[in-house]
Amino acid sequence: MSSPLKVALIGNPNTGKTSIFNALTGLRQKVGNYPGITVEKKTGACSFGPDLNATIYDLPGTYSLNTTSLDESVAVEILLNRRDPDFPDVVVVIADVENLKRNLLLFTQIKDLGLRTILVINMSDRMKRLGIEIDVPSLESSLDTRIALLSSRNDTGIEDLKAILSDYKSISDQPSLDITDIDKAYFENLKTTFPKIDAYKLWLAITQDVNFMPIEKKVIPDRSAFSTKSKSELQKMQHRETVLRYKYINNALKEGYQKDLSKADGIQGVLDRIFTHKIFGYLIFFVILFTMFQAIFDFSSYPMDAIDHFFASASEWIKATLPSGVLTDLLAEGIVAGIGGVVIFIPQIAFLFLFISILEESGYMSRVVFLMDRIMKPFGLSGKSVVPLMSGMACAIPAVMATRTIENWKERLITIMVVPFTTCSARLPVYLIIIALVIPEGRFLGLGYQALVLTGLYLLGFLAAVVAAAILNRGLNIERRSFFMIEMPTFKPPQFRNVAITVFEKTKSFVLEAGKIILALSVVIWFLGSNGYSDSFKNAEAEVIQQIQQQGLNLSDEELSQKISSYKLEHSYIGVLGKIIEPVVKPLGYDWKIGIAVITSFAAREVFVGTLATIYSVGEESESTIVGRMALETDELGKPIFNLASGVSILLFYAFAMQCMSTIAVVRKETNSWKWPMIQLGYMTLLAYLSALIAYQTLI
Amino acid sequence: MTNLLELKIGQKAIIADSIDERLPVKLMELGCLPGNEVQLLQIAPLNDPLYYLVAGNRISIRREIAGLISLDL
Ligand SMILES: Nc1nc2c(ncn2[C@@H]2O[C@H](COP(=O)(O)OP(=O)(O)OP(=O)(O)O)[C@@H](O)[C@H]2O)c(=O)[nH]1
Ligand SMILES: [Mg+2]
Repeated sequence: MSSPLKVALIGNPNTGKTSIFNALTGLRQKVGNYPGITVEKKTGACSFGPDLNATIYDLPGTYSLNTTSLDESVAVEILLNRRDPDFPDVVVVIADVENLKRNLLLFTQIKDLGLRTILVINMSDRMKRLGIEIDVPSLESSLDTRIALLSSRNDTGIEDLKAILSDYKSISDQPSLDITDIDKAYFENLKTTFPKIDAYKLWLAITQDVNFMPIEKKVIPDRSAFSTKSKSELQKMQHRETVLRYKYINNALKEGYQKDLSKADGIQGVLDRIFTHKIFGYLIFFVILFTMFQAIFDFSSYPMDAIDHFFASASEWIKATLPSGVLTDLLAEGIVAGIGGVVIFIPQIAFLFLFISILEESGYMSRVVFLMDRIMKPFGLSGKSVVPLMSGMACAIPAVMATRTIENWKERLITIMVVPFTTCSARLPVYLIIIALVIPEGRFLGLGYQALVLTGLYLLGFLAAVVAAAILNRGLNIERRSFFMIEMPTFKPPQFRNVAITVFEKTKSFVLEAGKIILALSVVIWFLGSNGYSDSFKNAEAEVIQQIQQQGLNLSDEELSQKISSYKLEHSYIGVLGKIIEPVVKPLGYDWKIGIAVITSFAAREVFVGTLATIYSVGEESESTIVGRMALETDELGKPIFNLASGVSILLFYAFAMQCMSTIAVVRKETNSWKWPMIQLGYMTLLAYLSALIAYQTLI
Repeated sequence: MTNLLELKIGQKAIIADSIDERLPVKLMELGCLPGNEVQLLQIAPLNDPLYYLVAGNRISIRREIAGLISLDL
């Protein structure tokens, strides 16, 4: 069997590349109405017949081969190196009918690389509304390519595309323009110096200007090697090139593309005036955010209570049904409790993803970028930093990746450094349980205290991000010239399918990822909690009875067995470990059990609750829900461990600490060094410890 | 000579023939070419960035760049 055909989907941002990729491969990559949803290369398989298999590459969007941000350069790099294992056999340029002219600019550039190029004109469902008419055969001949008119929304045209692809050998690979036309003498000269290299590729290398990466990683050879022209002369030549390209495009479209200009879309203008209004624009933004928090807190409490009780009774059922023994204990107390600790947050996380994906799918996000750009600037951030900061509420990992759309390396680095302060969904489990324990249920001006505290924590995260950004902005000495530009996509009613897929996929991966870690850690902690090496652990029963007799107490059987199991826990492996770290966490108001939970949650924050659930389930048995057990915990003097002071201290610690291995890994990847993630880990942990310390010591 | 910064909200104009050599190529590629029509759609609070409709493309750019594009009146 021959190796599969390599097909790259490339095109301007937001033209539906990922939608078409999903249709071809049956995968479910994320789609949204914001330029810059896809920021890395994705692959999938597709077959066009019995013996033609293909690998499809979904790439980030780019306006041009002249790239100005990292996501764009990811897309372009794959086309430039013939020796790259991913170098495509066929390129499919995906264009949006509405902005066909601009989309064709990239098309002509790709054709000039000498690649077999197909054109897909997507969103054909909108042609009538926009008053556009297209004569496909005429365009095919004027652009020297094959064209599929397609609508991924209505599922039309995909078969045409497959048919064209299966006949890929007949597709033209001739360039659209002759690049040497922009300056004959200059290119003659180049050709004698570099006879083997294609003129257009050489030209791209010469004019590439990289501002979105650390300078050390410059991919471009020293410009002085071709220094027959000054930078401003080169820039003028590029301007000339662009004018030539548009001339070619206008000519090519003359016959086959008609647009009725009277059909302007009036509603778009009205929506834009409202959503980007100087006052209403912000009001709407804050109302949206506030509704989101209320929904997360209020609506999801019902399913959450149900889930909590379900797991409590499942655990009891297991203990009652299965023969008692070590394995039953592990199952009932370790695993079921640990999984319950994750599953309980599904409603909240689903709500969060629902909101964020509706905002993205509708086209609203770009308006937020527009409104916030000037406000973010003094903090060394870009308007485009708002999107990572907001999607960081779901998870910091995709948020760090999303910074790839930021054109300026300094702004991008600062955004990466502060994104983990945004309250991500993994903090929710900790926040909600602690809030439920230490914040009273009353209402203030009709707003629940608990919801207010949660909103406050979100604001605190955002504030910390902004203040840290301002400090970094002063401290970092990076001067990079680059410019901000964002396209404002037309508003669209969110497509149910896309929103549903995002919510489902993201929630699923949260539960699975967290589930794996929690499951593993629960088993380990349960084991360490129910075994020990010291004599005190082995003779727990005798020692407790002896103590009780010395103190002259008279306990019921149940109280006695409780005393014995907590004595055992304290002398188990985990208890010994906990006692070692206790001096470090004691000033923050934590006992050794919380200390252990803090340590284990350095792997991932959501592990905190699971760890406590497991530790407590080994200890006591009278309460079956997690919150119930935590409320019963007392110190030596019989005061609750989870009181206002220690609760606030835990909340602050989790608000600021960088407790997530995966984020550290992704920051390393995106900044290309260990330096930045280590600085981040250091300063965030320090801030977390100090603020928790101050809070506890002042409140106690 | 006027430039993009001098448009009022809703006002339209034609981009002039002379191109500032500092203008990022990217903007020309997005339609900021001599002879194309441009309309100012919205100005963000604090007067930056600005939101234009250029040759059918809706883009938003900062003042420093908008000032580089001159207009025919
Ligand atoms: N009306 C209409 N909308 C579409 C069609 N195809 C995609 N869309 C919408 O266009 C938007 C962008 O789709 P994506 O598939 O994410 O586009 P993309 O090119 O991958 O975008 P980036 O990854 O950001 O470059 C989404 O809101 C889609 O729902 C179509 O055929 N018709
Ligand atoms: Mg995409």
